[in-house]
Amino acid sequence: MSTVDEAPVSWQEQPQADAPARRNWAELIIETLIRLSGISAVVIITLIFLFLLKEGAPAFVQVPIRNLLSARWYPIEDMFGLLPLLVGSLLVTIGAVVIAVPLGLTTAVYLGEFAPPWQREILKPVIEVLAGIPSIVLGFLGWVALAPLIQAAGAATGLTAFTGAIILAYMSLPTIISITEDALYAVPKEYRDGALALGATQWQTIWRVVLPAARSGIVIAVMLGIGRAIGETMAVMLVTGNAANIPQFGLGAFFQPVRTMTATIAAEMGEVAQGSLHYSVLFAIGIVLFLITFLVNSLATRFIGGRTRRRGGQI
Amino acid sequence: MTRQQSQKLAAGLISVTAVIVILPIVLVVVYVIVKGIGAISWEFLTQPPSNGMTEGGIFPALLGTIILTFGTAVAAIPLAIGAAIYLAEYAGDNRITRAIRLAIVNLAGIPSIVYGLFGLGMFVLFFNFGTSILAGALTLGLMTLPVVISTAEEAILAVPQEFRVVSLSLGASRWQTIRHQVLPHALPGIITGVILGLGRAAGETAPILFTVAAFYLPELPKSIFDQTMALPYHLYVIATQVPGMPLSIQYGTALVLLFIVLSFTLVATVIRTVMRRRREW
Repeated sequence: MSTVDEAPVSWQEQPQADAPARRNWAELIIETLIRLSGISAVVIITLIFLFLLKEGAPAFVQVPIRNLLSARWYPIEDMFGLLPLLVGSLLVTIGAVVIAVPLGLTTAVYLGEFAPPWQREILKPVIEVLAGIPSIVLGFLGWVALAPLIQAAGAATGLTAFTGAIILAYMSLPTIISITEDALYAVPKEYRDGALALGATQWQTIWRVVLPAARSGIVIAVMLGIGRAIGETMAVMLVTGNAANIPQFGLGAFFQPVRTMTATIAAEMGEVAQGSLHYSVLFAIGIVLFLITFLVNSLATRFIGGRTRRRGGQI
Repeated sequence: MTRQQSQKLAAGLISVTAVIVILPIVLVVVYVIVKGIGAISWEFLTQPPSNGMTEGGIFPALLGTIILTFGTAVAAIPLAIGAAIYLAEYAGDNRITRAIRLAIVNLAGIPSIVYGLFGLGMFVLFFNFGTSILAGALTLGLMTLPVVISTAEEAILAVPQEFRVVSLSLGASRWQTIRHQVLPHALPGIITGVILGLGRAAGETAPILFTVAAFYLPELPKSIFDQTMALPYHLYVIATQVPGMPLSIQYGTALVLLFIVLSFTLVATVIRTVMRRRREW
């Protein structure tokens, strides 16, 4: 590349006197606008949280905490137990993670380590297609095509946590695959060469050297996958049966209908009176979702920590 | 098990999982095309639904999605590109920049239904825009921001440092350098990001549920303060809320939506590929 890249010129460190004197008011306005849009992301996320609080706070004040933590969601009688919804979201997300993580990791390993270039050229766009399919289309297919299959396989109904987990798994796969692939790509070639030179097989190299070296990236991939799964709405709403019950514990729980937090908001917000208690509680669920995803994403960012920019120069 | 056996076994298993991932994607797309293609006709695309939505076409929903996508572009592009320029060209390595990056990561992670709640609270109620195209487009625009910012920033950072150094050394100001040297070279990458973001917005349902989408409207919207139908929500409605809905219309609607969203992806991929081949540095 170039020597300039290695010693980047930093505008911040230049004294103002050295700056060209051709700045006029138009440039000043433009640069001010750029700076303002720069901080817009912080402003927006703060606004989102404030507006959720504004509409959702009454729920925490007016609904007794015992009610909110109860096992019964029956808003018509002012029973706002969030537990069934939390359990529903949890079941679907756990199911999705159990399916998506192994598949995503191995597919990324395949793409990064085994696949010849011509296969990568075909497979990567296919995965991008998956990332592009709207959730409502996947939900629709789950509803008309996958659910009947699952029922035919012996479940009491096709609309179960498991059905939702399968759809969600495929929805989070592109995230998991692309981030894991980046992490594998970032492992220095010398590591592989060293292991291979010591006589390790390709698999031993991957398993004992490459994957451990890439583990922080893999953790990020899994966490962002979880974040994606827990916030999904439309697909889950169509295929999980929307029953706000806590299923009995055990593996059978996955084959019963559940209702997630996201689906509850989507299904009920249209019917509630604005400003009612039910309305506030739905916003309160929004706050819970916001906090969960905020936590997951902030933790993931922490893992990125010192990791330098990936693949500078490529888009 | 010897080393060679474990190598063979692992390679085999890993290839199998790749097939498990890829095959359903291909199946899903082919299935929707096969099941939906029969419903597609000129009338289907240009006529409103009729007879309690069980007949006729999807024109109002199609038009609504086009309008909303356009509105999303207007709402998101200037802000996103401004933010990307700031991060790539102006931001120092300090607390503020770290806060901005954290905010962008989290904006990207917020569930779309939460954007819907926010849009309802801020645009529909607080600003009193009502359930309207304006409220929906703004909500979708904010949701699209992080994707566009990230891709645009990468595109700007990919412009070689020499371009800036030379421009500055010739006496150009910082903004002149960005405007005439950096942005033109980053443009294809920025456009790719914009198209990807808009494609996602076009297919979203949850953010428009309470901000703009109408179950059924006899008339087309006349201003940005009107509601509109939209394809993703229309698909949800006819799949779950309308009894006796013919499956062919449902698959046809899914196919049109899939086609629109995937063409965005396709165009973005083509631009990116062409750009990589033509790159002069």
